Amino acid sequence: MTLSDLAKQFRPLFEAARDLTPIILVILFFQELVLKQPIPNMEEMLIGLVMVLLGLALFVRGLEIGLFPLGESMAFAFAKKGNVIWLLLFAFLLGFGTTVAEPALIAVAGKAAEIAAQGGVIDTTAEAVDSYANGLRMTVALSVGTAIVLGVLRILKGWPLHFCIIGGYFVVVIMTYFAPDEIIGIAYDSGGVTTSTITVPLVTALGVGLASSIRGRNPMLDGFGLIAFASLLPMIFVMLYGILTT
Amino acid sequence: MNHIDLFLETMQSTLRDVIPIALVLIGFQMFVLRQKIAHAWRVLRGFIYVLLGLALFLMGLEEAIFPLGEVMASQLTNPAFLYGDLYQEGITVIESVQWQDYAWVYVFAFAIGLATTLAEPSLIAVGMKAQQVSGGAISAWGLRLAVSFGVAIGVSLGCFRIVTGTDLWLYIVVAYVLVIIQTIWAPKMIIPLAYDSGGVTTSTVTVPLLAALGLGLAATIPGRSPLIDGFGLIAFASVFPIMSVMGYAQISRWMEKRRQKEKSGKVAGTDVL
Repeated sequence: MTLSDLAKQFRPLFEAARDLTPIILVILFFQELVLKQPIPNMEEMLIGLVMVLLGLALFVRGLEIGLFPLGESMAFAFAKKGNVIWLLLFAFLLGFGTTVAEPALIAVAGKAAEIAAQGGVIDTTAEAVDSYANGLRMTVALSVGTAIVLGVLRILKGWPLHFCIIGGYFVVVIMTYFAPDEIIGIAYDSGGVTTSTITVPLVTALGVGLASSIRGRNPMLDGFGLIAFASLLPMIFVMLYGILTT
Repeated sequence: MNHIDLFLETMQSTLRDVIPIALVLIGFQMFVLRQKIAHAWRVLRGFIYVLLGLALFLMGLEEAIFPLGEVMASQLTNPAFLYGDLYQEGITVIESVQWQDYAWVYVFAFAIGLATTLAEPSLIAVGMKAQQVSGGAISAWGLRLAVSFGVAIGVSLGCFRIVTGTDLWLYIVVAYVLVIIQTIWAPKMIIPLAYDSGGVTTSTVTVPLLAALGLGLAATIPGRSPLIDGFGLIAFASVFPIMSVMGYAQISRWMEKRRQKEKSGKVAGTDVL
């Protein structure tokens, strides 16, 4: 193995170390110079940092050889097949499937149901709370599925993204006015929790792959934007859910 | 033993997250596309790397960074730290909050927002793709720095808002108006990427630390609700990167233009000579 091969093998590790250095510096600076306190559990801390470093390097390597090529090759295959219905169904299931089991969403939905019960929006029985939480979870999963479908349709048709997104934010502003107060915070938050670390690379590769294989589409202009849809639509759907359940 | 249990638990929750995606991918590959995947084993290996990597990453964060970060956030917002000797538990009641007293909180919010966003795995993924698609015109590192500065500015402004108690929607509406104005002037190529970067910032690393900071601030300042004010920070962290990414593109285009002007100026100069 030559030296450059060796360097190539370890490149993800070096990059991961570079990416993590700022966090370590910030923690050291504030802990030592501002709060003037020693770092507790130095040993645990070091073990944890090594795990974070290895994890990040493995993740990046996995992206390069696994998620990116898969997302792209599927996008090419769909474009070649030319069947729009299957493509849209795939887009929907990808969005819905990745969101419905997302742990962060399950937690947020549960908390939201508790708040709603305390606020007297729904009954305080366990059954009512559960069904509200489930309804909310399904609403968000549906909204992400719909968002990816809309985003893929946009790539196929070549609609300009900024009209869609700015239009969407106007809808959000108008709905904020009509939606019950308890739901607004949750609605704004749900846009953030939907895009998980595995969904983002897959969806990005799908969008870029589609835009590069369809004639007349530019991967830079048309390929990105799916995540923007996936963060916008949950806000609208959750506020709608809030309006409909009260 | 403890470590192994924790690892298995983290692995399990990562798996639960991945199984639905894997089912959709395999189902379509087998029944609809019916096409061999090139380098199938390599792709599978990549999937396993991603799974293992994420599990290790999350576990290490739980172990090393989150507990300390949360303690630091609560210490920095603690009146005993902010007011030093002036404050004694139970004797002094803080009646009016001066926003200047919280200077270290804004600095910490800025620094931690910047540092955690640089390590955010989804942003790394989007950066890699952007660099590849743009043929290197947008560098992965440049994009990630721009997004991180956006989050940093957004989060420290968000802390300022919690301290002063001004309305959240006011900031957000103004921010979106600025986004619309920038959209008109920014280079067309950057717009989709900028909108996407609003969504990727708020995930694994950033959210838990921001939530701890917001909740700590809201709990110690009289008259703030942890429920409403604690969560507002995430909204700031999603809007400001949109602005900073478009700003980054605008600045680099402007510098490129100036450089070209200088060059052509020099060429014209030598012509005259």
